[in-house]
Amino acid sequence: MNGTIEPMVGRYVHVEIDGAMHRIYFEENGAGIPLVCLHTAGSDGRQWRHLLADEEFAKNFRIIAFDMPWHGKSYPPANWSGEEYQLTTVRYTQTIRAFCGALKLDKPVVMGCSIGGRIVLNLAIDHAAEFRALIGLEAADFQAPWYDTTWLNRPDVHGGEICAALVSGLIAPQSPQASRMETLWGYKQGGPGVFKGDLYFYRVDGDLRGRVEAIDTKVCPLYLLTGEYDFSCTPEDTKRTAAAIGGARVEIMEQLGHFPMSENPEQFRRYIAPVLGEILTQSIPTRQGVHV
Amino acid sequence: MTPLSDASDAAVIKAFAEIPALLERTPALVTRGRFLDCDCLLGPMGRPFHVSIRAGRITELTPAPVLMRSWRFSYRATSAAWAEYWQAMPKPGWHDLLALTKRGEAVLEGDLHPFMAHLQYFKDLLALPRLDAATVSS
Repeated sequence: MNGTIEPMVGRYVHVEIDGAMHRIYFEENGAGIPLVCLHTAGSDGRQWRHLLADEEFAKNFRIIAFDMPWHGKSYPPANWSGEEYQLTTVRYTQTIRAFCGALKLDKPVVMGCSIGGRIVLNLAIDHAAEFRALIGLEAADFQAPWYDTTWLNRPDVHGGEICAALVSGLIAPQSPQASRMETLWGYKQGGPGVFKGDLYFYRVDGDLRGRVEAIDTKVCPLYLLTGEYDFSCTPEDTKRTAAAIGGARVEIMEQLGHFPMSENPEQFRRYIAPVLGEILTQSIPTRQGVHV
Repeated sequence: MTPLSDASDAAVIKAFAEIPALLERTPALVTRGRFLDCDCLLGPMGRPFHVSIRAGRITELTPAPVLMRSWRFSYRATSAAWAEYWQAMPKPGWHDLLALTKRGEAVLEGDLHPFMAHLQYFKDLLALPRLDAATVSS
């Protein structure tokens, strides 16, 4: 409707990561259990705009989506001099923990998609006690590569076009056209080499095979949800990963691909609502709403 | 790779031959490919076509083999893969050109630059029979 103003508010928080100060953009809405949402490689927090605007979820959750450094409205740090961007497991983990610490979030839920889903597994391995629950969308300990990432950043191929064209096939054919185009627009707007740099974590540095067995879901519940049309992180990849983790919950989402929250928000809501409901129920005895 | 009957093979070949006409009826796709000049090999695995593209238009589509004809890249898939790819609502794993290569139902060879630099063009070009779904029976 003309004149509608959405409820989420965007702000910048200064976050020290590995000794350097970063100006991180985040949007939030709601009050209650902190729910930190991680975007996919090469995109930004706008992917979560439908979840952020969800009135029902916002009654019980403080929903927060931030742009990783180099993404969206978060600049590279001031000490960056133009060298190739490359995300590592250590760096990604530091960034999430530093962001949560800067906002003084009390045992947040972290939900990440794709690389965000992978890093959620690493959080579960090494830092489970810091989190109330972890949700991995399109998450697996490893998945087979299906293209050469050098195509993503070279002067004779348009970076925005190739990034969007590659991931276009990961969207389910049932997804609404407007949501499909919006999801792809995020990829067309990424900085040069940023998608490729994120995939360094995904393809090279973040192989968690042989480590996920250490996850203790009694310390922190773990939910893994994957779209049936995701041929990058396939349902089989997620099921294989979950089979090695005692107590991990798995759901294969019909008519969804690699970007459930942005490619078809209504369909995604059907799957994420019960998960958030369960987390809420489990949290009632110790629930604390912490505001900064 | 998945085999298909002779009748279905013939349907796929017939559908491929109609792609140039479908492209002419899709001016936005021609515009997307306006900087593309390329000779490539596209189609069913065993019976592909030599396709000449100039400024986004298909100027020639000829069944292979053609004696000593060159091509820069080749994208060939099984007839079963094309039939699935062209369904109005393709099944998971059969819905994208690179999903087909990942599952071993298609092969991408040669100098990939024109294909990758115009990836969405080729995805949309080779999906045109989907819009004309009656041309292929599954």
